[in-house]
Amino acid sequence: MNILDRFQRLGQNSENLLAQVGARGLFLLRILAGIPALLGHMKLFVQQLYAVGAQTLTIIAVSGMAVGMVLGLQMYNILVDISAENTLGHVVALSLVRELGPVLTGLLFAGRAGSALTAEIGLMKATDQLAGMEMMAVDPVKRIIVPRFVAGLFSMPMLAAIFSAIGILGSYFVGVDLLGVDEGAFWSRMQAQVDPYGDVLNGVIKSLVFGLLVTWIAVYEGYHATATTEGVSQATTRTVVHSAFAILGMDFILTGLMFGD
Amino acid sequence: MYNSRNKEIAVGIFVSLGLAALLMLSLQVSNISNFSQGDGYTLAARFDNIGGLKVKAPVRIGGVRIGRVIEIQYDQNNYEAIVKMNIHREQSRIPDDTIANIYTAGMLGEQYIGLEPGGSETFLQDDDEFSETSSAIVLERLIGEAIYSNKPEGK
Repeated sequence: MNILDRFQRLGQNSENLLAQVGARGLFLLRILAGIPALLGHMKLFVQQLYAVGAQTLTIIAVSGMAVGMVLGLQMYNILVDISAENTLGHVVALSLVRELGPVLTGLLFAGRAGSALTAEIGLMKATDQLAGMEMMAVDPVKRIIVPRFVAGLFSMPMLAAIFSAIGILGSYFVGVDLLGVDEGAFWSRMQAQVDPYGDVLNGVIKSLVFGLLVTWIAVYEGYHATATTEGVSQATTRTVVHSAFAILGMDFILTGLMFGD
Repeated sequence: MYNSRNKEIAVGIFVSLGLAALLMLSLQVSNISNFSQGDGYTLAARFDNIGGLKVKAPVRIGGVRIGRVIEIQYDQNNYEAIVKMNIHREQSRIPDDTIANIYTAGMLGEQYIGLEPGGSETFLQDDDEFSETSSAIVLERLIGEAIYSNKPEGK
């Protein structure tokens, strides 16, 4: 293979990459432009809030409880050795609110809601429902994509907050009720160390960003899926994998920006 | 219609749970405001140095928690810290010659106020002040004193 071929391949790859990024960016702009039209169709939004948010609630609540209880147990075992078990609430609350809440909720949300979005939209495409809508002069982006996108954006901060809150209650149950950490110290250390803006608000911002990433990837993959059974299954897989990478990468950047100094 | 109603109920539950979780994170987990003062009475104590004492730290007699710190102020006339604490209403028999100390739970643990009751027959009332206090032990100062007192003779 001669050197010019290699340059050509590099050029081709860069071009493809830029085209991919551009297509996703333009699609996002199309969605954002369609949001004002949603105000007239709140029913569609509530329906999607049910599918995307309310139905994800169970897995989020169960996972949050499990993570909080395990975190409480493990941290207690370590902290009790240096007789610092009173800081249990503080440690658990900070790790949940800052990192585990948004990130784990994002990953679960991609698996539970993102994959369902892609499969649903992909199947609509495969069965020509989207083309049918265009025939009837209904914009499928406004009718199908926008309500799902906004519902995802709205649900993620809620789900992440529920995850963190239930996790803290789980660690309270294990730490205070089962292992005998002082209740007053558990809450007072937590309240003294957790900052409502620096920690809680930044956690909410994080989950909002993750919600944007996951639903954006999910609706794009569904809308641009190859219109076959195999194409839909591949698109669904891509949604979950790409969402996970996007969340983990973005989390590192956001953590650096928010808690860096 | 019935189906749509069920969905809307589920969405309503989801949204209210989400808001409740956000509310809990901002009120109970972080200290956006300190509500739940509880009923009881307030005592104050003046310290030269409170170390790392924080609002909501426990107040204990003989290791038993009987209240918590609700306010920490600085008195710029006397260069002292004024610590106000809320004591449970049932604990009304605190003698007026009680000494208020700031202790640390464990080597690096949380600081709290330990009360050592005296023998007086009159008890502290709401808004009273402790007559005698002893400050927090500042570890750095102890280490500093230890280094100076062990200084070799001559140089």
